Amino acid sequence: MNWQRWIMVIPALVFFAIFAIIPMCVAVYYTGLNWDGLTPPTWAGLSNWVQVFQNGEAWQSTRLTIELMVLCWITQNPISLVLGVFMAGKQKHRAVFGVFYFIPLLFSAAAIGVTWSYILNPNFGLVDSLLTALGVKQPVNWLGSPHLALISVSLVIAWQFIPFNSLLYQGGAKQIPESIYEAAKIDGAGPFRTFFSITLPQLKYTIVTSSVLILTGTLTYFDLIYVLTSGGPGTSTQVLAMDMYKQAFMNNNIGMGSVMAIILAVFGLILSLLILKFTGFNNMESQKEGA
Amino acid sequence: MKGITKTLFSVVSALTVLAVAAGCGSSSNGSQKSSGKATVTMWSDVSGDAKTAIDNEVSRYNKSQSNITIDSQYFESNAYKQKLQIVMGAKKGPDIFSNWGGGRLNDFIKANDVVDMTSYLKNSKTKYLPSIMKSVTFDGKIYGVPHGNIQQVNFFYNKSLFKKYGLTPPKTWDELLSDVKVLKSKGIAPIALGGGDKWPDLMYFEYLVDRIGGPTVFQNIQEGKPNAWSQPEVIQALKMMQQLANAGGFESGFSSVGSGNGEDAALVYTNKAAMWLMGSWGYTSILSDDKSFIDDGNLGWFSFPAVTGGKGDPADVAGNPSEFYSISSNSKNKDAAAKFLVNGNLDKQNVKDLINIGNVPPVQGIESQLKQAKGGDYMTFSYDLIKNAPYFQQSWDTALSTKTGNELDDDLSKLLINQMTPQQVAADMQKFKN
Repeated sequence: MNWQRWIMVIPALVFFAIFAIIPMCVAVYYTGLNWDGLTPPTWAGLSNWVQVFQNGEAWQSTRLTIELMVLCWITQNPISLVLGVFMAGKQKHRAVFGVFYFIPLLFSAAAIGVTWSYILNPNFGLVDSLLTALGVKQPVNWLGSPHLALISVSLVIAWQFIPFNSLLYQGGAKQIPESIYEAAKIDGAGPFRTFFSITLPQLKYTIVTSSVLILTGTLTYFDLIYVLTSGGPGTSTQVLAMDMYKQAFMNNNIGMGSVMAIILAVFGLILSLLILKFTGFNNMESQKEGA
Repeated sequence: MKGITKTLFSVVSALTVLAVAAGCGSSSNGSQKSSGKATVTMWSDVSGDAKTAIDNEVSRYNKSQSNITIDSQYFESNAYKQKLQIVMGAKKGPDIFSNWGGGRLNDFIKANDVVDMTSYLKNSKTKYLPSIMKSVTFDGKIYGVPHGNIQQVNFFYNKSLFKKYGLTPPKTWDELLSDVKVLKSKGIAPIALGGGDKWPDLMYFEYLVDRIGGPTVFQNIQEGKPNAWSQPEVIQALKMMQQLANAGGFESGFSSVGSGNGEDAALVYTNKAAMWLMGSWGYTSILSDDKSFIDDGNLGWFSFPAVTGGKGDPADVAGNPSEFYSISSNSKNKDAAAKFLVNGNLDKQNVKDLINIGNVPPVQGIESQLKQAKGGDYMTFSYDLIKNAPYFQQSWDTALSTKTGNELDDDLSKLLINQMTPQQVAADMQKFKN
């Protein structure tokens, strides 16, 4: 009955081939072209690859992407964890609070980018006006300083995605059986001890899930950065996805853009393999009693 | 029997001819042959009052013609650049497309996507300002006609701030630097710069290069001469830009301030910044955002200062000569399109409409009209600047190829925040050549 299995798989395989495998192969082919999208392409061999790495811009974009991933993880994960656990509790008005708090996730990234670029504006922005009112002399240059821009971007991304991640944690925390907490209470554990000895270990796999989502999400993150800084100042926030867009659609250099796309894809592949290997993501077992 | 065969034969052949004709009619993509009417699609990226002026011009023209209809469509500027690139690449361009002339247009011309209009323009040689037409002339052939506004770049300044601190418009770069020092010490941003959009940085560079070394420096770069980017004039211009930025010449956070969204203009009319280097559209932009600022006589202007000891003529002008209409090669209605561009575009009424909204059309002999117009002092200043310019330096990012232009924009923005040295910029650009 082996052939029946294959027949069942065919529709999925066909879609996967059309939308994933074939475009990827075409992209690999494009990396060898010298093509501006207008004139007929000429074969350039490996020169695009050589140029990308000699130029140093690819290294810089890769470094920025890793930096942004780390920043996003640091800003999003701990806060989401605490908020998620809080929302899983039994406090009054918690549900109402939760609804308000979920709103950022409903906005489109473009709207968030435009709004925050106004809020962070160095001359007319809300944040700096408040700081000036509080007596700060020199307004902070949130998006215009090469050192601060990436951090500002990661904070805005955090504002957008903490609600989603805390939702994961809320779900995870609600799954922890009440009986464990009761036992801890009887043993005389305070709220901090309960959090670190019960809640945190029980949420181990939620932490893994949320981290995987944050890291892979940040790797390909583009829209908000495009609206907020367009990769600037200079190239201070030009992550891989931004660089790919710039090469292919602003410089009209499809070959170079494809090189960046392949780098991005390989990067993503390595990242997922590492995560699978080191977190035991593929052999998760339940920690619940009796399960 | 013979008679019947003959009749039958002629009927069949008549039917065949009919069928072929009908087939042709439907496959020739429409309108032109079947009804004798040509619909010409025209794309541009203008908005606001300028769009209304084009709408009026088009509807006037459509009424005057029995067999040509112009269908004018408008797009947002940045999106338009990309859309145009894509449709031209797919050989599906509109009949008439608006463009900026220069290297980007030349990219299309090299791909055989643009119609040579020289023969259509035989009788309108004296209509347009000659310094403008250089941007659409390649190898002696003309590939477009201007429309709308001339867009030279000059300094604007806040007259009340200048008066308050006893300053006069600088005539030389050194005077500019000393004005910067005074303004800085008073807590005013000396110059507003929309560095977040990157292209405003380029205005300083192209002017400085021309003031220091004259037009040949850029011509060497455009022709891709060896080491053209490391010419001493280029390095010096880069150094001077960086010095201006490091001396606090621009507002704080300039590299995240936008220009397209009117932020830089706002700094000037809210008295936060004293000067502003911008294209002539800066005037229109302040006019629509804060009309009272202009009505109260607070807005002044001066041309880019001279550099002492520089070889360039201080009367040279840089900027976008204007926008142009060109015809794409895949158009099915080339003659109709050309007819509109020669007769309908920038007709007397359109010139009048443009002047009424503060635009200066690049046509000859409108001095007196400009003087009488509202805001005529600035318009006369613009027009004279261009008419008397020995050389019009087209913005480098449209004069060079797209790729080089973008790389230059990036490098200059890094230069201003000290992420690159002048030598590094020159070395990086040299790799791009042209």
